[in-house]
Amino acid sequence: MGMTMTQKILAAHAGLESVESGQLILVNLDLVLGNDITSPVAIREFNKLGKDAVFDKDKVTMVMDHFAPNKDIKAAEQCKMCRDFCGEKEVTNFYDVGQMGIEHALLPEKGLVVAGDTVIGADSHTCTYGALGAFSTGVGSTDMACGMAIGKAWFKVPSAIKFVLKGKLNKYVSGKDVILHIIGKIGVDGALYRSMEFTGEGLASLSMSDRLCIANMAIEAGAKNGIFEVDDITLEYIKEHSSKQPIIYKADDDAEYDEVIEIDLSEIKSTVAFPHLPENAKTFDEIGDIKIDQVVIGSCTNGRLEDLIAAAKIMKGKKVAKNVRAIIIPATQDIYLKAMEMGLLKIFIESGAVVSTPTCGPCLGGHMGILAKGERAVATTNRNFVGRMGHPESEVYLASPEVAAASAITGKISSPEEVM
Amino acid sequence: MKYTGSVIKYGDNVDTDVIIPARYLNTIDKKELASHCMEDLDTTFVSRVKAGDIMVAGQNFGCGSSREHAPIAIKESGISLVIAKSFARIFYRNSINIGLGIVECPEAAEEISEGDIVEADMDNGIIYNKTTGKQYKTAPFPEFVQQIIENGGLISSIANGIIK
Repeated sequence: MGMTMTQKILAAHAGLESVESGQLILVNLDLVLGNDITSPVAIREFNKLGKDAVFDKDKVTMVMDHFAPNKDIKAAEQCKMCRDFCGEKEVTNFYDVGQMGIEHALLPEKGLVVAGDTVIGADSHTCTYGALGAFSTGVGSTDMACGMAIGKAWFKVPSAIKFVLKGKLNKYVSGKDVILHIIGKIGVDGALYRSMEFTGEGLASLSMSDRLCIANMAIEAGAKNGIFEVDDITLEYIKEHSSKQPIIYKADDDAEYDEVIEIDLSEIKSTVAFPHLPENAKTFDEIGDIKIDQVVIGSCTNGRLEDLIAAAKIMKGKKVAKNVRAIIIPATQDIYLKAMEMGLLKIFIESGAVVSTPTCGPCLGGHMGILAKGERAVATTNRNFVGRMGHPESEVYLASPEVAAASAITGKISSPEEVM
Repeated sequence: MKYTGSVIKYGDNVDTDVIIPARYLNTIDKKELASHCMEDLDTTFVSRVKAGDIMVAGQNFGCGSSREHAPIAIKESGISLVIAKSFARIFYRNSINIGLGIVECPEAAEEISEGDIVEADMDNGIIYNKTTGKQYKTAPFPEFVQQIIENGGLISSIANGIIK
């Protein structure tokens, strides 16, 4: 029986000729990732193993992004614990304030992940790197600790849902709308324990930024990983960012899928996920007048340069609505610098928005934009759970950068067409 | 392994943000994490949970963030076992890795009520509701997972040379 893309990568990393879904395997890891929240727990567990060194100092990476720049004394202690550990173990890729960015925007940009890699990260959105044709999945801190120690992780080989994309996206519609549409269709546990594999002629019209955004939210459908078939767009991106050699794994023609779902990109409209689950997806024909207090444009989902360009196009020459706080967070230092050089930051600031240093900050209710009781935000982030961005009685509406920017201008949840 | 306890019950899609809100993730102290367990879903949980209690929930329990602080907070609060219709995958493996008892049984999760006294015999995969007298059968853990649990979690499995 043929294998899916994911199964082929896993088989190769387990040293097996073939694997089938349900099989438990031990795989070799190309990269082990942690952040300032999950790494401290992993370090505590790692230290119980009595190992002097990590398995490979070039294949462990820590990114201080969640509560960094340190939001309080406790957060400072956690970052210090990571800094000390990486210093002592001579971890090559330790990213602190000044070099850091939001981990899942940073690692592809730094070329640390390429097609064919197997990556675990103690962060659920580690599935982002599937956009590069890698097997990449979120785990907990104990798995991270073991990964750092022995360079291996155990997995149950997943089955898969195949998404065949066709057509082209319409104006003001982007990757975020595609993934919110899909999660709305299959639900927050629609891909539980499984892979989401993206293929089809429609891929040609999706930028790396769109693909990274789509793969990023595979976890919001419960998936183990999201993965895109590698094409010229992927290879060009990898060549530009990495010196590592990509390995292309293609699904076998006779690979078995639990389900095959066709998505016509040209039929997808601007989509908003209402509180308190990403599956509560609505299009503008179902959305009335919903006033908002805050807009956040950023995160590992939508804080890339293309996202900022899309938002700036909509906000240029316009003013953020009275009583709305608009917070723009470039995901990495490089994106920040490019946005500055391109004049995007000027557009945002002149419109009345603030621009922050890279941080996960408000996405998880950490800092830099917490909501009060009863407040509403439109955010380009990935989760709208109860209390996600602040008070348990606040609300988060998930949307694309285009919709978030339009909403900042009108002060209510708005489609880009309303302001353009 | 055998568990007996009084049931605290929740619904579908209980996410790790409500199990332990991110605003408390600036610590890795188990007791401090447990003192905020379930806070954004149920402010009464911490005051009413007793050692050995069993948590029962619906579908996709533990969805969202990979924070291991979530199963740690649940375990440290005194919960001995979580029975749900289904679990989000990262939460599932995190629970096994830290040694929190966790079992999928849709029928039991549907029928067991808040406050019921439940016995679970995980060696034989039997869940017994003492309050209603109804018994449920569940699948045993795969051997590989059993091995991790028997050796006290993933860290000790590696420390003891079980996994190399």
